[in-house]
Amino acid sequence: MTTQESKKLWMACGVGLIWFLILLWPLLGIQPEGLEFGKTFKVFGYIAVAAVFIMFFYQIKEAGHLDAVGDPIVSAKGRFQELYEKTPRWILLSIVLGFAIVFPLVTGRYAHDVSISVLIYICLGLGLNIVVGLAGLLDLGYIAFYGVGAYTYALMSLHFGMSFWLCLPIAGVTAAVAGSIVGYPTLRMRGDYLAIVTLGFGEIVRLIFNNWMGLTNGPNGILSIPRPDIFGFELNKLWMLYYVILVIAVITIIAVYRLNFSRIGRAWEAIREDETAAELMGVNTFLLKLLAYAMGATFAGFAGAFFAARMRFVGPESFTFLESAMVLAMVVLGGMGSIPGVILGVLALVALPELFREFELYRMLVFGGTMTLMMLIRPAGIWPASRVGRRSEEAD
Amino acid sequence: MANLTLDDICVRFGGLQALTDVSFSLTEGEVVGLIGPNGAGKTTVFNVITGVYKASSGKVDYDGSTITGLRPYQVLSMGIARTFQNIRLFQNMTALENCMVAQHSRSKVGVIGAVLRSSAQRREEEVIAEKSQKALDFMGLGDKTDEVASNLPYGHQRRLEIARALASEPQTILLDEPAAGLNPAESVELMEYIGHITDLGINVLMVEHDMKVVMGICSRIVVLDHGVMIAEGLPGEIRKNPTVIEAYLGQ
Repeated sequence: MTTQESKKLWMACGVGLIWFLILLWPLLGIQPEGLEFGKTFKVFGYIAVAAVFIMFFYQIKEAGHLDAVGDPIVSAKGRFQELYEKTPRWILLSIVLGFAIVFPLVTGRYAHDVSISVLIYICLGLGLNIVVGLAGLLDLGYIAFYGVGAYTYALMSLHFGMSFWLCLPIAGVTAAVAGSIVGYPTLRMRGDYLAIVTLGFGEIVRLIFNNWMGLTNGPNGILSIPRPDIFGFELNKLWMLYYVILVIAVITIIAVYRLNFSRIGRAWEAIREDETAAELMGVNTFLLKLLAYAMGATFAGFAGAFFAARMRFVGPESFTFLESAMVLAMVVLGGMGSIPGVILGVLALVALPELFREFELYRMLVFGGTMTLMMLIRPAGIWPASRVGRRSEEAD
Repeated sequence: MANLTLDDICVRFGGLQALTDVSFSLTEGEVVGLIGPNGAGKTTVFNVITGVYKASSGKVDYDGSTITGLRPYQVLSMGIARTFQNIRLFQNMTALENCMVAQHSRSKVGVIGAVLRSSAQRREEEVIAEKSQKALDFMGLGDKTDEVASNLPYGHQRRLEIARALASEPQTILLDEPAAGLNPAESVELMEYIGHITDLGINVLMVEHDMKVVMGICSRIVVLDHGVMIAEGLPGEIRKNPTVIEAYLGQ
């Protein structure tokens, strides 16, 4: 690296640090008692030292002084990659599945709790992945279908005493119907307009939950929803519920994978790539976009029914826009259109924040920073789909 | 079979008369060229036939049934496939998948079959892949099966568009400026390919500016200017037609 380049890098680093200071001071320095500078500079000092240290390290690496350490790591990575590609798929998959099966036996209640929410979000993420990743329709009201599934089970079981296993498919169907109803009027819209309309529909559904006192008990929610049972045996332990959602998640993964590599999935991808061309190549875009909404909603409905059974309570505040945004963030962060990507995205956004509970205060700060950084360095996601296109509206 | 007839087609966009009383036909085994200066309405004719635009009046018949008012995917399943003036491939899908999409209207396994991966579904997928591969082979792209479309060189992308149209098993194919941007050698190659296509019994309607290509392979030529048909006839006649020369060169 020439001194010229090195100078440029240090300049960029300096500008970045000053920018950070400008952002940081209003957050830490403006107090009710007046303006304060000491704390800001203390925090800034730590970060500046860390940044300078990282810069030094980077420059040493670029200069080749670390090759002795770096090269073995790179070659090890290469060997690992080779090993990964050589190992048959089913071995890798059974290792992952085996881990998922053994997991609750060796961990405690807290881990069960977190892993259950990870699996719920995997179902949600994969469902949304159909709409956003495959068909390229930006949906900001997705969580509404989760809510429809949850309320379906809650109401069916309370009023008609129907069992969880019977309600699960019904919840999928009602969510799919809701998806079609929401999807129908939005089908002629593309891009930003579609996003805004779906956002609106998501809110409408939540407001219905909130205000239809007679049916949903309004903001108080529905209490004491029965747990799932198997042949009369109530699944009253958390680890039992873990296996229920594990089965639902595995079915979701298989179904989404198979849909992806079928005639239907290809048509969805064609719509994402170029909607007009897809229609002219024989794809009934109207029907297939509606189908994408319905299928995405179905998986959200399954997840919702389980959610109601697991919490034993549903209330409208579980289905806010923030939840939709979170699920979308998981899909985008992990890699749109990629199943392992979505799973990793869920792990990153659900499990990691749990691991860093001690930093509770800074969680949102780190969260935002990580998202920004990720989109800068890996815009296609953690594990990008082997090929993923622009959403169709961007091409127009 | 595969008789396409346009009958007094008019298209208006607000106050703009894009096509006025355009009538011509395309019969079995023919290659008809559609030429005219820029903005003459050639692509509009394609869009009317394939159902992208609605004709303000007039109708399009195909094999005795009226196809005006059908949605584009229905027109394709009737057996009319097309390519685009500016390449519109599914950029991030492989060459084979591009062709497989075109088989969508020729296959029918639905969501449940796909999720259960029934034996009917697997058989159908095999047939789709096989037919698509055949279309690629036909256009000389047999070794590009797994290439992502956007990575193909321009000439290959043009050919892939034709392969994709062929993969839908059409009886009529509409080519919108297939030689645009090709060098002379590639144009000659393209003419050979179009010849092979007609050998399959598929008739071709083609918009093209490259007169060498048009004169070389078209059995009949239709000339449009400002949305009006100003001439129709054999290539030799069109070349000498004073109205056509005037439209292109001015007085």
